[in-house]
Amino acid sequence: MSAEVVQAIIFYFLAAMLVVSCAIVVFSYSIVNACFALLFTLLAVAGFYALLGADFLAVTQVVVYVGGILVLLLFGILLTSPLPVILGVATRRTYYLAVAAGAAVFALLVIIVRAFWAGQPAPAEQQSSLEALGTLLLGKYLFPFEFASLTLLAALIGAAYLVRRNDH
Amino acid sequence: MPGTLTDIINFVIQTALALVGLDYARVPEMLRIGAAMLIACAAMLGYVAVVALFFGWAERRVAGRMQARQGPNIVGPFGLLQLIADAVKILVKEDIIPQTAHRFLFRLAPILVFMGAFAPFVVLPFSETLVVSNLSLGVYYALSFAALEVVGVIMAGWASNNKWSLYGGMRLAAQMMSYEIPMGLAVLTVAVLSGHLNLRTIVLDQQGHWIFSWNIFRGFPWAFLGMFAFYLAGLAGSKRTPFDLPEAESEIVAGYHTEYSGMRFVIFYLSEYATMYVVSALTAVLFLGGWHAPIPRVLAWGGEVHWEAGPVLSALIGMANMIGKSFFLMFVMLWFRWTYPRVRVDQIVYLCMKVLVPLGIICLIGASVWALVL
Repeated sequence: MSAEVVQAIIFYFLAAMLVVSCAIVVFSYSIVNACFALLFTLLAVAGFYALLGADFLAVTQVVVYVGGILVLLLFGILLTSPLPVILGVATRRTYYLAVAAGAAVFALLVIIVRAFWAGQPAPAEQQSSLEALGTLLLGKYLFPFEFASLTLLAALIGAAYLVRRNDH
Repeated sequence: MPGTLTDIINFVIQTALALVGLDYARVPEMLRIGAAMLIACAAMLGYVAVVALFFGWAERRVAGRMQARQGPNIVGPFGLLQLIADAVKILVKEDIIPQTAHRFLFRLAPILVFMGAFAPFVVLPFSETLVVSNLSLGVYYALSFAALEVVGVIMAGWASNNKWSLYGGMRLAAQMMSYEIPMGLAVLTVAVLSGHLNLRTIVLDQQGHWIFSWNIFRGFPWAFLGMFAFYLAGLAGSKRTPFDLPEAESEIVAGYHTEYSGMRFVIFYLSEYATMYVVSALTAVLFLGGWHAPIPRVLAWGGEVHWEAGPVLSALIGMANMIGKSFFLMFVMLWFRWTYPRVRVDQIVYLCMKVLVPLGIICLIGASVWALVL
């Protein structure tokens, strides 16, 4: 069994996990079930990143999407709605819109991949993307990086301002 | 990297197969790596179980001693076999799933929680050679899997279909999420000081003048304060007293695992001890010199300064140091539990947002200045 075969096995396992959990997310009538299925979607995507050698991205995917966004979603749903099962509000019209949006995103992805990465060789085998990423973020892309962090800081301060107490 | 745990396992397999006349080199490489990884992970799983078993016993003995009573002392010497007797009892217990529970998620939740608690063990170094996976992302990876635990706990709370469970799950998730911030800041302090995220390299950096080259003294005021921030945040993240609001028995019965019984309950219990061990071991690795001995070799061996232990002996000494430090820090957790009362929920938020986060930020800025100046 060569490395390619093992990688292919892992790839198809992750792909199956991704497709099944995505289907549950989309078609489930219970929002909570959809949310918990989203966990496996996000983990499968993290697995793809790890398989492609983007280890930092894989771990960040788990931290940001599972630890942050998914937990916020669960908080939002469980704290604001009646306990047992929550029915979704999907109608026929929503499905058409969703299909249209999905097609648009797919087309966009195809265009991006063809425009920017067409014919480029896969990057050479590397130990970790961590050092290269750090050098790029604090070198070539310093301004966008700092700009993004300032924007996030402004959002944090704004959130703190919005929820402050008015009684004193 | 030469001499990792995988290499050692491969060497053992190779020798064993050579004895029966088989050539291990003919087995495909991916299979060899996979087999070694699997064996290493199984070994870690066994280690987690032993740690949980030992501390399940120690917790009761320590509690007994601290409250001037006996604790378990009947089954085996010093009651050491008590936990094995308990395990047998639990194995034959009826597995109860409440009728109104969500059966699938109810079963899945403990597995997720344990996965999140176990994943960091893969990168914990026990000595220079004994580390399952020498990831360059080390500590970042170790902290990231707390996310799985958070989701698992919410899942357990929701799937039980019980108010106490849901409140417990929500409390724990909120607590773990907020305490990840000071924890991350404290880790960044060390990352800035040593310039690595790889746990093995972080420990290798702390070699030299016995305790004075450990990170707590190397980056003196900052890493020293950072250690307390990290340890307290870890304590809150592993829901130990004084931060055990998620299972506050006087308010919400047993929190998110109210409805669990038998083996499923034990998996939560196991995860709690696994998380405690990870927090202790990470504190030891990041701040307390990992596998380096606290006493200089001159004193330790009474011989010459340049004495070098062989690979096997130095691995064993490193392991003893590492496990000793981790167990001591776990003992401190037990000590806390039987000493302090539970804090209120507003005090938890106060401690995180107004004490530990500012402290972490000050430590990080200080350590950055230190790293630039020194």
